[in-house]
Amino acid sequence: MGSRFAFGQYYPADSLIHKMDPRCKILLTIAYMVAIFLVKSYLGYLVTAILLFSTIAISKVPLRVVLRSIRAVIFLLMFTLIINLLFYKQGTVIASWWKITITWQGIDYAIKMLFRLTMLVMGASMLTFTTTATELTDGLESLLYPLKFIKVPVHDIAIIMSIALRFIPTLVEETQKIMNAQKARGAELDTGNFFKRVKAMLPILIPLFVSAFRRADELADALDARCYNASDKRTKMKVLKFTLKDYLAMFIVALFIAAICVDAYAFGGAYVDTFIYNLIMGA
Amino acid sequence: MSAIELENVYYSYVLSEDNIIKAVRGISLKIEEGSFVAMVGHNGSGKSTIAKLLNGLLVPDYGKVRVFGMDTQDKEHIFDVRKSVGMVFQNPDNQMVASIIEDDIAFGPENLGIEREEIIRRVDWALDKVHMLEHKKGTPFKLSGGQKQRLAIAGIIAMKPKVIVFDESTAMLDPQGRKEVMEVAHELNKEGMTVICITHYMEEALGADRLIVLNDGKIALDGKPKEVFSQYEKIKENKIHVPLATKIAISLDDIGVKVGKDIMEKDELVDKLCQLL
Repeated sequence: MGSRFAFGQYYPADSLIHKMDPRCKILLTIAYMVAIFLVKSYLGYLVTAILLFSTIAISKVPLRVVLRSIRAVIFLLMFTLIINLLFYKQGTVIASWWKITITWQGIDYAIKMLFRLTMLVMGASMLTFTTTATELTDGLESLLYPLKFIKVPVHDIAIIMSIALRFIPTLVEETQKIMNAQKARGAELDTGNFFKRVKAMLPILIPLFVSAFRRADELADALDARCYNASDKRTKMKVLKFTLKDYLAMFIVALFIAAICVDAYAFGGAYVDTFIYNLIMGA
Repeated sequence: MSAIELENVYYSYVLSEDNIIKAVRGISLKIEEGSFVAMVGHNGSGKSTIAKLLNGLLVPDYGKVRVFGMDTQDKEHIFDVRKSVGMVFQNPDNQMVASIIEDDIAFGPENLGIEREEIIRRVDWALDKVHMLEHKKGTPFKLSGGQKQRLAIAGIIAMKPKVIVFDESTAMLDPQGRKEVMEVAHELNKEGMTVICITHYMEEALGADRLIVLNDGKIALDGKPKEVFSQYEKIKENKIHVPLATKIAISLDDIGVKVGKDIMEKDELVDKLCQLL
């Protein structure tokens, strides 16, 4: 049942990446996502791809599983590709019809955008593939810790996230049960036009909400019974710790960003590209 | 010293100005340390309200609830009260906060600020007590109701309370799950923990040292289970049932088969009937 929900899909495996500190993984993922927007040349994308695919290889997550994460955004990818291809105005025109112009630069730009988004999604999904929900919330809590000094209830936020993630399967199961119960009583959920279907969802949503609120009520009592907020000096059973592999990963990503920046700014991202461009144009 | 002491306790739910439900109406009660107390009563008899009064989730409108001498109204001691009186609720799904079992068990001790090594020890200890140690690293989603409820118990006993309250903790379980949970409850009681078991399964009340029957927010009957269940007419007045074996025995007795009216357990009935044959 859970496979339809792409959110927070953890792929259990015994790898170096899985064992890394979640804080390190979160930070490096953010760094990677920023860096990928700095990439200007095909050489840059090649470097990015090497980094991405070696990460995937080390993580022992099968490539087809990672590629599945793109499937969710395939529509967005195609849309961006086509829009960029057809409406990019500058550069050498190859074909033109009505408002549509196809230029060499347009093709170039569209391909780069496709690379960028694909590798962005794949890279980001590597974080959720290799990190459990608990580790993610622990990591975020630890990273957001400084906000405590400006009175942000960091721990409460972390608990809220953890409970939200923990209740997803429970609520999915409950929705399924309610749907079956309504279907058993003759509800038509899958037929009719859009408005009819939305309307048919009401008898599912109302019981679901009622039950969710009841659960929340009981959960609040259970949290109180387990002395939630009893002490300011809350301790942690699992302590996060940076180890050699985390420092190594940081070093590699730092090198990667440096390489991207040198390529993009020192050579203007044009060193190899101009060469390719000239080759195509047969100049 | 008694573990918990209720002194003329009243509690009402105010739904609106002219809709007030008087759930608990003048209950005085002492629960001895180390005892196994069962509380039964029909729906609306106030039994769940009493459970919540025992660890300060609710505070009495009138009267006092004392836990090891600490008043539950005293805000300074509220966490000491909750630490001493653990509570297991009805729905096992609604008591879990984390997606990994050991993290969930650690939640209580973490809140109390216990040091890390001790938490790790307690998690193992608590899981072992409820016979779930092999599931330590797993997730609770695929487990049976009885298993999940035992995890909820582990989450409570990891805080090392002196008293554990089961607030209809077996109501949503199948017979196998009920049996598992009650076995754990009795094991904990043997090791010295005070157990208060609120239930509407009379069979569960049989194993208790003391049985309290509630009706309309008051104590109707209080005594050893055998004494209480033998007062058949009074039991009926209070809208609860007697255990099945007792019911059969009483019916047989009425039609002239002299088995005696004080039979509680199935085996006892079988023995008596065999003797008569």
